[in-house]
Amino acid sequence: MADPVVREPLERVRSAVLSWDTVVLVAVVLVVVVGGLTVDGAATPRFWRFVTLEAIPIALIALPLTLVVITGEIDLSVASVVGLTCTVLGELWASGVSSLSVLIGLCVLLGAVLGAVNGMFVTGFGLPSLAVTIGTLALYRGLAYVVLGDRAVADYPRSWTDGVTEPIPGTVIPWTILVVAALALAFGVLLYATPVGRGLYAIGNSAEAARFAGIPVARTKFWLFVVTGAMSALAGVFWTLRFASARADNASGLELAVVAAVLLGGVSIFGGRGGLVGVVAAVALLGILRNTLQLAYVPENALTIVTGSLLIASVVGPNVAGMVRERLRRRPSSATAESTPTAAL
Amino acid sequence: MTTLDTVAARPTRQSRGTRLVNRVFLVRELGILIGLALLVTGTAVANPRFLTAQSVKDLLLGSTILAILAVGQAVVVITRNVDLSVGSVLGLSAFAAGTLFLRWPDLPIPVAFGAGVALGTVCGAVNGALIAAARVPALVVTLGTLYVFRGIDYVWASGRRVNAADMPGGFLRLGTATVWGVPVLTLFAVVVLLVAGYALRSYRSGRDLYAIGSDPAAARLSGIRVGRRVFAAFVVSGALAGLAGVLYAARFGTLDANAGVGAELNVVAAVVVGGVAIFGGSGSVYGAALGAVLLTTIGSALPVLGINPFWQRAAVGVLILAAIGLDRALAVRVGRSLRQRSAHG
Repeated sequence: MADPVVREPLERVRSAVLSWDTVVLVAVVLVVVVGGLTVDGAATPRFWRFVTLEAIPIALIALPLTLVVITGEIDLSVASVVGLTCTVLGELWASGVSSLSVLIGLCVLLGAVLGAVNGMFVTGFGLPSLAVTIGTLALYRGLAYVVLGDRAVADYPRSWTDGVTEPIPGTVIPWTILVVAALALAFGVLLYATPVGRGLYAIGNSAEAARFAGIPVARTKFWLFVVTGAMSALAGVFWTLRFASARADNASGLELAVVAAVLLGGVSIFGGRGGLVGVVAAVALLGILRNTLQLAYVPENALTIVTGSLLIASVVGPNVAGMVRERLRRRPSSATAESTPTAAL
Repeated sequence: MTTLDTVAARPTRQSRGTRLVNRVFLVRELGILIGLALLVTGTAVANPRFLTAQSVKDLLLGSTILAILAVGQAVVVITRNVDLSVGSVLGLSAFAAGTLFLRWPDLPIPVAFGAGVALGTVCGAVNGALIAAARVPALVVTLGTLYVFRGIDYVWASGRRVNAADMPGGFLRLGTATVWGVPVLTLFAVVVLLVAGYALRSYRSGRDLYAIGSDPAAARLSGIRVGRRVFAAFVVSGALAGLAGVLYAARFGTLDANAGVGAELNVVAAVVVGGVAIFGGSGSVYGAALGAVLLTTIGSALPVLGINPFWQRAAVGVLILAAIGLDRALAVRVGRSLRQRSAHG
């Protein structure tokens, strides 16, 4: 993706066809078609409503997390930020803050501060983000328990809770997906069309080289963590209102689902490779597949096997294919393999 | 950090640098030990019942399973990898032990242990093979197998539960029996710890793990079979998770498919608190085990001290952040003073 070499048009088409983004998109189409034909209730309007509702919080977090992983860092505290935001939202509402926009503003601010704490530990003190965010995963979830204990706040106005799942007129799809789409567009423009976005790949490939090239590595990473915190907080607001419940254990374990979506979307865990198209497709793929299999009476818990296998296949597949290709190329008899352009996998 | 590790990996030549590094490691582990001692004394002064034979026994029992998992995890983390699937392996092995007793109530206890460890070994070998042979990042693979192994557990259990009444009395007594006041289960952990500690310190294969974690490329160039060693590290981690599963079955008696859910983060936390660097190459299994004991002790000390138990997770988070911050500060200091010494000849 960050390959600077100018390619022949034909080769470009071929590499686009063989790219990981396309593989995931084709998988989405396949699942929709096969599911729609063979499973009762799949690909119906009601089905799409549930897929969308489930995908919204994951997508909200996956968008900024993609950028974080592209720079070679990771944030495992996202689900705990969701949990803490939920409890703070509940506590503020219970203590009399009754304006939704004030509540959303405060929550997003809180998320940004939590993200800034992550960013400060990672960029200010130079600590590994994997370890830092495992620490804040425990810390933020712990603070969520401190705020609400084992209580739940669930008495929100109907207009709020119905409001977030209100369908777009004429359809059954919740309007909140439009917010996600607009944000996805904004993140897409940032990543693909701005110097900052292109710089993220440079940072992921070599932070040191990026620094010498004049990219403010530490500052960029810091703000990515801030944005990730804020977006997770937004997901927390959605979560609270959709389920009409603020509890300290809201969204626990969601970090693994989001990381799985980002990695399945073709983003390299070492940074420098991948993009938002693949990640958005992967979020859709996981959501559609889960809901289709549920309708096919596959037990809820067994679905984790599918998620896990997909994740493993998404990294093992391209790697093994690459090794096989390499071996074929090295064999002297297969001179034809020499001229075959390698896919940009 | 790299300078520090290369020196540490050559235990035969006792230069002044090596002695300095050894001293720092000693300080690091002593630090946790002193922290632990302060915590225990402080709590015991506040409430003398904290140190009765029964509560000490509970404390040791509580730490046992986490400590065994932490030893396995430390072996993996030292090679600059991570094993997130340990919680799922534990669940699988615990349920396997329970099911064996359900089918053959007269089964000799060692057979159940053998089966659990063998199952864990197979799971570890799957992880290791994917990581070493297909050369994919451990974080991704073990996140995938975390889901897959747990899914297999769910499908296998399909909502069933193994109750204490289904298990032979001898096996359950093992879970509570003590030898001179020390729980038998804890003795398992001590044996595991001593064997792993000796192997890592005094065997060539053990030293190789540190070399791999410090710099995988350099390790490969110096003739270490990196793939084989990393594979072995994952097999060890899997086998220990299998052992921990059987101990879990003995201790709790009641089993469903949820045993050990979320354990992976506690384990990684214990390892990090114990001073094993998340990017490999330094730390010891003793530190990891001490980290496990410290985390468990905090959990039981807070309620005794009259602190809201909801603060427990937050405290763990702060501890992790403090531990990695301390490690960073120590590494910077050691690095600087080693450079100074080599500059002076």
